[in-house]
Amino acid sequence: MTDLANIKFNAEGFMTDPNQWTKEIAEVLAKQEGIETLTADHWKIIDFCRATGLATGKSPTLRQITVGTGISTKDLFALFPKGPAKKVAKIAGLGKPEGCV
Amino acid sequence: MKTFLILGAGTAGTMMAREMAHALDLNQWKVIVVDKEEQHYYQPGFLFIPFGYYKREDVVKPIRSFIAKGVEYVVSNIEALEPADNKVTLANGRVIQYDYLVVATGTDIHPEETEGLKDGGWGENIFDFYTYDGAAALAPAISRFQGGRLLVNVVENPIKCPVAPLEFLFLADAYFTRKGIRNKVEITYATPLPGAFTKPVAAAALGKILDEKHIHVEAEYNTGWVDPSRNVLVSYDERELPYDLMVSIPLNKGAAFLGAAGIADELNYVKVDKHTLQSTEYPNIWALGDAANIPASKAGAVIHFQMGTAVKNILAHMAGKPMPDAFDGHALCYIETGFDKATLIDFDYTHEPFPGKYPLPGVGPFDLLGQTTLNHWGKLAFRYIYFLMMRGIEVPLPNKFSMAGKRAA
Repeated sequence: MTDLANIKFNAEGFMTDPNQWTKEIAEVLAKQEGIETLTADHWKIIDFCRATGLATGKSPTLRQITVGTGISTKDLFALFPKGPAKKVAKIAGLGKPEGCV
Repeated sequence: MKTFLILGAGTAGTMMAREMAHALDLNQWKVIVVDKEEQHYYQPGFLFIPFGYYKREDVVKPIRSFIAKGVEYVVSNIEALEPADNKVTLANGRVIQYDYLVVATGTDIHPEETEGLKDGGWGENIFDFYTYDGAAALAPAISRFQGGRLLVNVVENPIKCPVAPLEFLFLADAYFTRKGIRNKVEITYATPLPGAFTKPVAAAALGKILDEKHIHVEAEYNTGWVDPSRNVLVSYDERELPYDLMVSIPLNKGAAFLGAAGIADELNYVKVDKHTLQSTEYPNIWALGDAANIPASKAGAVIHFQMGTAVKNILAHMAGKPMPDAFDGHALCYIETGFDKATLIDFDYTHEPFPGKYPLPGVGPFDLLGQTTLNHWGKLAFRYIYFLMMRGIEVPLPNKFSMAGKRAA
C-alpha cells in the first residue's frame, strides 16, 4: 500500500508538487475517485496529461485531451465519470484545470 | 515594394489597417486587408436584436466605409496560409506574398460539432445570437413565446464575450416580466463553469443577480448532445435538461486555415506570446483580437487596449529594435442586467474584477459591479463610440489596467 502521508495536497485534493507523483500514487488516487482499476486507456490519458501538464505548467483542458489522445469525449466520460478533465488532473498529480476567461 | 497583409476586416483588422496606413511609408509598403464579408457587424449589438431593441441598420454597415485611405481591401475567403513561404492563397485564386502578416479572422460558432444541435430544431426551437442571422431569427421566436422552458446553454469555453450569455438571461427575464408572463417562463442557464463567471469576485456578484431574478444555474454542465425528438439537452454525465426554446452558444473556433498552417492551437487560435502578441512560431506574424490564443476575454475592448502594444511592437520589430510594449490582458465590459440597468467589470491577466468606481473624466465615474442606469447608458452610447473608432476617431480610454477607484477585498 502506497503511503500518501508525505504527499502534499491543496484544500481541493490536488497534489501541489507534481514531482512527488508515482504510478502507485495514481492508483491510490484513482480508487479515491471511484476508479477501481486503471486500464491501458486510462493510462494513455494519464500519460498524455502528465506530459502536457509538465511541459506547459497547466493541466490540459477536455478538448486538448480528446484532440491529443484521439479518445472521444463520450469515452473520456465513461473512463473518468463526471468531469474527466478535473479527475485526470487529480490522478495525474497536476493542478486543477483553469477555467476559461 | 513590401506587403503588410491583414487577414480579417472586423474590429481588429480595421483598426490595424488604419494604424499601418498612417505609420508606414506607402511608397515602400502596400497595406492589404482581406475579408470574406462586405459587411461590418457591430457584434455587441447582436444581444439586443432578439428583444427588438436594435434593427439591422443599427449593427450592419458596409466594410468599405471603414477602410482607411491607402489600404487595398479584398473580398475573398482565404484558402491557405503557408507561413514558411510567407504566402497566402485566396479562394478567388489570388496569391499574396507578404513581409508582415496580422491575423484578425476572429472566432465563429460551430453548432455542427454538437450532435443534434444543428441537425435537429436549429432555427425552429433552437437558436443562437452570436451571428446576425441567428439573432434576427431568434427575435420572432422570443416575441411569440407564451411561456415554458427557456434554456440558455454554453457548449464549451472559451467563447466570444463570456458575459453575453448572462446579459441574454437578464434581458430575457426583464422582457418576459414586462410582458407579464415571467411567472410562466422557467429560465435555466447550463454552463461548463462552476458558477456564473470565471473570476471569483465577479462570479459571486453575478451569481447573486441570477439568483434574485430566479434564473436557475446548472453548473459544471458539459454539453454532450441534443435529443430533438424529446426536446432535451443531455450532458456527458447524463443530466437531462428539457427545453421549449433553447438559445445555445455553440463551440467557438478560429478559422480552419490557421490550424492547417500549423500556427494555432487545437481550437484554431493563433499561438502568440500573451504580452507581445507575436506568433510563437513565426516572427513576422502577429495575431489580434479573438483570433489569438491569449488568456484574455474575446471582446472588442480587449482589441482596443491591445492595439497600441501591437503597433509599437511591430514597428520596432521592422526596425530591428527590441519590442518596447507588453499587453496586460486588460478587458472592460458593460454587462446589461435588464430593466435599463447595467454593471461594469474591469480586469486584466493578474487582477480580477473588483467592486468600486471606474473614473472617466467628464462622464463617469461608472459603478463597478453595481447595477446602475448610467452604466446602461454607457453601454448604449458605446455603439456610437464604436463606429467612430472604426472611422479612426480616438476615444480617451487608457490602455493599461489601473487599480484607481477599485476596492481589492
